[in-house]
Amino acid sequence: MKFHSWLESCVRYCFCPCAVFLALSLCGCSLHDVDDLQPSGPISRSIDHLFWITIALMSLVMIPVFGMTAWFTWKYRASNTKAAYSPDWDGSTVLEWLVWLFPGLIIAILAGMTWVYSHKLDSSRPLDPAIPALEIQVIALDWKWLFVYPQQNIAVVNQLTIPVGQPVAFKITSNTVMNAFFIPRLGGQINAMAGMETHLHLIADEPGRYFGENIQYSGRGFPFQHFVVHAASLQDFDAWIAKAKQASLPLDWHQFNELAKPTVKEPIAYFAPVAPLLFKQVLDQFKHPATNH
Amino acid sequence: MLGKLSLADIAYDNPIVIGGVVLMTGAALATLLLISYFRKWPYLWRNWLTSLDHKKIGIMYTVLALVMLLRGFADAIMMRAHQVLAEGANRGFLTPHHYDQIFSAHGTIMIIFMAMPFLSGLTNIIVPLQLGKRDVAFPFLNALSLWLTVAGAMLMMLSLAIGEFSTAGWTGYPPFSEIQYSPGVGIDYWIWALMLSGAGSTMTGINFLSTILLDRAPGMTLMRMPLFSWTALCTSILMTLAFPALTVATGLLALDRYLGMHFFTNAGGGNMMNFVNLFWIWGHPEVYIVILPAFGIFSEVISTFSAKRLFGYRSLVYATIAIALLSFTVWLHHFFTMGASANVNAAFGIATMIIAVPTGVKIFDWLLTMYRGRIRFSVPMLWALAFLPSFAVGGATGVLLAVPPVDFMMHNSEFLVAHFHNMLIPGAMFGYLAGYSYWFPKVFGFSLNEKWGKLAFWNWLVGFYLAFMPLYALGLMGMPRRMQHYDNPEWQPFLLVAAIGALLILIGIGCLGIQLLVSIKNRQTNRDRTGDPWNGRSLEWSTASPPPVYNFAVRPEVKGIDAFWYMKQHPLPATRPPRYQEIVLPRNSGAGVLFGAASLLFGFAMIWHIWWLAMAAGLTMLTIIILRSFDDDTEYRLTAAEIEQMERSRYPTDRPGAET
Repeated sequence: MKFHSWLESCVRYCFCPCAVFLALSLCGCSLHDVDDLQPSGPISRSIDHLFWITIALMSLVMIPVFGMTAWFTWKYRASNTKAAYSPDWDGSTVLEWLVWLFPGLIIAILAGMTWVYSHKLDSSRPLDPAIPALEIQVIALDWKWLFVYPQQNIAVVNQLTIPVGQPVAFKITSNTVMNAFFIPRLGGQINAMAGMETHLHLIADEPGRYFGENIQYSGRGFPFQHFVVHAASLQDFDAWIAKAKQASLPLDWHQFNELAKPTVKEPIAYFAPVAPLLFKQVLDQFKHPATNH
Repeated sequence: MLGKLSLADIAYDNPIVIGGVVLMTGAALATLLLISYFRKWPYLWRNWLTSLDHKKIGIMYTVLALVMLLRGFADAIMMRAHQVLAEGANRGFLTPHHYDQIFSAHGTIMIIFMAMPFLSGLTNIIVPLQLGKRDVAFPFLNALSLWLTVAGAMLMMLSLAIGEFSTAGWTGYPPFSEIQYSPGVGIDYWIWALMLSGAGSTMTGINFLSTILLDRAPGMTLMRMPLFSWTALCTSILMTLAFPALTVATGLLALDRYLGMHFFTNAGGGNMMNFVNLFWIWGHPEVYIVILPAFGIFSEVISTFSAKRLFGYRSLVYATIAIALLSFTVWLHHFFTMGASANVNAAFGIATMIIAVPTGVKIFDWLLTMYRGRIRFSVPMLWALAFLPSFAVGGATGVLLAVPPVDFMMHNSEFLVAHFHNMLIPGAMFGYLAGYSYWFPKVFGFSLNEKWGKLAFWNWLVGFYLAFMPLYALGLMGMPRRMQHYDNPEWQPFLLVAAIGALLILIGIGCLGIQLLVSIKNRQTNRDRTGDPWNGRSLEWSTASPPPVYNFAVRPEVKGIDAFWYMKQHPLPATRPPRYQEIVLPRNSGAGVLFGAASLLFGFAMIWHIWWLAMAAGLTMLTIIILRSFDDDTEYRLTAAEIEQMERSRYPTDRPGAET
């Protein structure tokens, strides 16, 4: 085959994936301009850093692989009879140590980072014990979210308002199948499961409207099970609480069961006051009498 | 009489489903009619359905895999087309109930009924040949495994026409898959398809474990086995140990659904986390069950087409063993977000990353095999070359997902979908397709057309990148997987590119079909008379193409790694007449295919609660096995004279290594 067609083949074989990966990385960078991805809290910012450090470490393996594939494919093509040919060469102690130690070293560094960051960014750990956190109880329903503010004695469907700068302690459960509570711009997700309580600690450090969703498939209405997160200044937050309290629609066990009936695209609704033990009641309804000693 | 089954269970009102059903039954009927018209039933029964020959069982597995690839891909392209449309006010063309069935069926089919039969098929055909054996350890068990898998696949196809399929995803997490939330028969189809094929896969694992460990050709020590046989050994160990976990998980779910028990329900003391753990204790090794054989194929292909010994044979073997062992230690990374402590998550995250080390070793060993080689760019080598960098990208995103805090951002998003397709398409599918074109001449005696093979390759490769790179971006933008509808116009262009990629893969599949037809048409000119079309290195190339029923007239003697290459380098005097000896081979048996048919009826009856039929079919299965166990006449003998006659008619020329 002619040289130019070989060159062309090599470019296609090996540089295609490289180029695509590069494009992907650039795309990832540019995604920071996309509203949904801009980290808006310290948790999501740390995760973002971790993401790029991992990509950089992985590039130490990926770039040699891309390069060697391209180089060897081109150089040792059968038609290049000038290239060295060692049909029986099948090992080299130095190289074999290298191919084990080199990825091993990178993974060792990454493993250390993983250990540190898994603890540092543990979502069930309170963020700053010095500042009292705002507690919000999250209940996943088919196919909507119920947010209960126990300290304020209000509840809201499909809308979450949080004060900027104050840590928020979410207590999460499900009244139905498994869901996952996720506000991408503030931090990671956590599953919501019936009869169990999971914890998530988030903080927003700039005001704005963020997107929240269920990211665990849960049936027919799943694609519409998202909510608006409103990170408001302390003043606006207090004003919002005051407004919500005027709802004068109490949320008791009976009303909750009405609300829990499967609906798609449930409109935003406010409830006040809320039965004080509602969250516990939702959790406890699944407890088996025999295990409830 | 018919349990829950009634005429209303056929979805007359859904034109897309009915279209699929008409197409499927039309194709099935046409096949049956053609067989009847050409009076091929006796031939089919004698030579194929009842055969216990590992090569024929392997071919039937591969045919099943290719048919199911079409079904699984039809699901894929419908999802891609639907997601391009279903933004904002547009509802797309699939209802939520239909879309949810499609993504559940796509995953189940591609893993259980495409990848598993494909790798079982290639393993069946090649491993006994590579090890200089006459058949597998338990030929009848082999047939049982095949027909159980076929029965499972038939249940999947039936679910399209009668009733519905699961909407719980291929993972079928409770409590969604419990009777309270999914009262229909869809989950039951999923459970019984997995149960039947899972039993088959467990037996395949046991069978190949024994086949590989026992009675290899003289001189074929473990550390001389070709890499494909090594990966098949590790895969068999994983299959034997992992599949029972799946059977237990789906079995307990069935108890919940059928007998009102509470293993995984919300109430009554159940806990869905137990299912998720059991499922992934199978599910993660399953990833390596499908990928390791492809690694084996790439090892063979890269060495053969570089005309060079594998670099670091021992490293490759130890890396394979390490991957197989480690695959049991990482299952929790599939559910970091279920709320385990930081210690647990970090430990499993680190265990996951450690797998990247032996995998990296393999990649570098393959690259160093190419170093100072003489690389020929035949179709199998193209697949291997595309695999190397693509798999590195998939591996890197896998390590990203193994960092728990990062996973908390990516889990269940399109990023995850992109990642595992990036592992399974270049990592497994490209490998199987490389193996398909590499071993095709060995199995059928003629080569596949190179031009159409290359066209298929380019369409698959470019299609794969277009289809899945945008999904990485969508994941970073927060798009969940399994979305029947979305309200974000920014996602749409990415989904459009992905759909174009799926279209290219469709063309690639079309090219594979044309390649097969063209190659069959030109089979006289493509014929492989040498038995060694690629200048191969391992024993399967030392026998004729296609191999005789006994594989080797005289069992080859192995003197080193790359046994056949060694024979070619050190030819024996051709004058020495071969000394043939009597060969014992398994006799055909109809018990396997009948057992499969009975198990299909049993599964169907259980799904629809037709208890009398379930009992009848269950008793039939039991009777078949008991009768078979009393059959003492399960083998037949070929005398030395018969073999000599067969060999003379087969081999026009002397071949190196044929006589030892």
